[in-house]
Amino acid sequence: MADQFYQRDIYGETLVKLGSLDKNIVVLDADLSSSTRTNLFAKKFPDRFFNFGVAEQNMIATAAGLASCGKTVFVSTFAVFASGRAWDQVRIAVSYNNFNVKIVATHAGITVGPDGASHQALEDIALMRVLANMNIIVPCDGPQTADAIMSAASCPGPFYIRLGRSKFSTIENKGEFKLGQAQLLTQGNDVTIVACGIMVSEALLAVKNLSQKGIKARLINMHSIRPLDKEIILKAASETKLIIVCEEHNTIGGLASSIDEVVAENFPVKVIRVGVRNRFGQSGEPEELLKEYNLTNLDIEKAVLSNIS
Amino acid sequence: MVNNQLSIKELEAKAKEIRRLIIQMLAKAGSGHPGGSLSATDLITALYFNVLRFDSNNPLWPDRDRFHMSKGHCCPLWYAVLAQTGYFDKKELFTLRQLGSILQGHPARSTPGVESASGSLGQGLSIALGMSLAAKIDKKDYRVYVLLGDGEVQEGNVWEAAMAAGHFSCSNLCAILDSNGCQIDGRCEDIMGLEPLAAKWQAFGWHVIEINGHDMAQILSAYQQAKTIKDKPVIIIAHTVKGKGVSFMEGVIGFHGKAPTQEEAERALKELI
Repeated sequence: MADQFYQRDIYGETLVKLGSLDKNIVVLDADLSSSTRTNLFAKKFPDRFFNFGVAEQNMIATAAGLASCGKTVFVSTFAVFASGRAWDQVRIAVSYNNFNVKIVATHAGITVGPDGASHQALEDIALMRVLANMNIIVPCDGPQTADAIMSAASCPGPFYIRLGRSKFSTIENKGEFKLGQAQLLTQGNDVTIVACGIMVSEALLAVKNLSQKGIKARLINMHSIRPLDKEIILKAASETKLIIVCEEHNTIGGLASSIDEVVAENFPVKVIRVGVRNRFGQSGEPEELLKEYNLTNLDIEKAVLSNIS
Repeated sequence: MVNNQLSIKELEAKAKEIRRLIIQMLAKAGSGHPGGSLSATDLITALYFNVLRFDSNNPLWPDRDRFHMSKGHCCPLWYAVLAQTGYFDKKELFTLRQLGSILQGHPARSTPGVESASGSLGQGLSIALGMSLAAKIDKKDYRVYVLLGDGEVQEGNVWEAAMAAGHFSCSNLCAILDSNGCQIDGRCEDIMGLEPLAAKWQAFGWHVIEINGHDMAQILSAYQQAKTIKDKPVIIIAHTVKGKGVSFMEGVIGFHGKAPTQEEAERALKELI
């Protein structure tokens, strides 16, 4: 059994490390610091932490003001609020200004579980992806969360980093993390599976099952959605002719759409989307919801088997 | 660097020059917002020439006071003031709203002296709050000024920021409310009533100063008084006249977002001598 971590625990711990290294790091939260784990930073650096109460729009625009004065600002709340409630502030105050604001949104996707549809962000990648200047990272596990946070801190400009609520299995042997450079997890030329976030571990299981059926799948961990690793996509398109994209997100506007755009413009091949198909979420346990919304390794395997020639 | 202090008479003359530039820029551009630019001219002229600490040769001087124009559509005023204080050449003013200009239709960081974009109303008080908190963290003594419109304070974001600035006791923050009583669709009181405005800000933990926003002596004294408040943010509610200085624009809602024609500009300039 692989190690399992809450990404937000790693986030909180990484913020504390960063806070010691760089006095320009400032952290903001909107009444969710115990859930997002920014409370770890708050405890260590109370002078550089501000809780804005339940007021996300103000928090995001204030982050921009702080950034205009040279601060690197990490801002956290749940993904639904960070991307939806404060979108106009993210657009003008953060993206258009091209400020050093790092939005770290937790509780993304269907695996939020019992809180139900209002709290399950299935649109956030789409909302952030249309903003010029915005970098987007969806880490696949705990250790990669630390990489993503460190990368955002050292790279100028706005970031949206998408984290989950539940524990993530650690993916072994991913290689080095580099912004905009996807990670090749398995080699194969029969089909390519591209995944991000919690879907990477599901995809890895699917790859194992497929190999027992004699199908060699190439698995790509697309942790950076912007900038996107076009090279690895086009190589996969030309060598495998079929791409299955897996994301804990609406099939419209997210990772799959990103891949579609690259493939359609350069090397059209069939792209099959494993994601939430134009539905809102609902209450349930994460495992139940992954099944209900066809987001399990079995669904990925099925998508491969029914589309491979 | 502290700027030369102008006398009230000199400030009034400067404000007239700036109103002339606003009219000329807008007539050239053929679109833009004269009404609110003219109503806030005296406030912002006094601020830049007698109050604000800055060095236009070194726009990023870390200890500069910050100014942010939250009601971004009134940027012709800001641009004219920035040109007059040496941030860029005056001839740039006549590229306003043209393709490739450093002077965008709403404020953007392409303009020297502009710290942050605006144009989507309601965000600017939060931006200023962030600047204010940065000064606190860095233990710097610079002050932060932000210009709001009265129609603008109908935005919910303004009150989130007002609540937070009160909560964090941001005494280095001074908001200036250009209360000209008008918004695009009509009088504020008819569209969405704002009163009692002073009581609202007081209830959010602010020190309120009310003045006539066209009386230079009152404006200077308000800025002076604001600096003496040490435990809370300050808002100067400045009662102004939309289109101030041009008789046929004064109080006329239609000149919120309509540039003067060449003929109107000529008439306006005759009044601004």
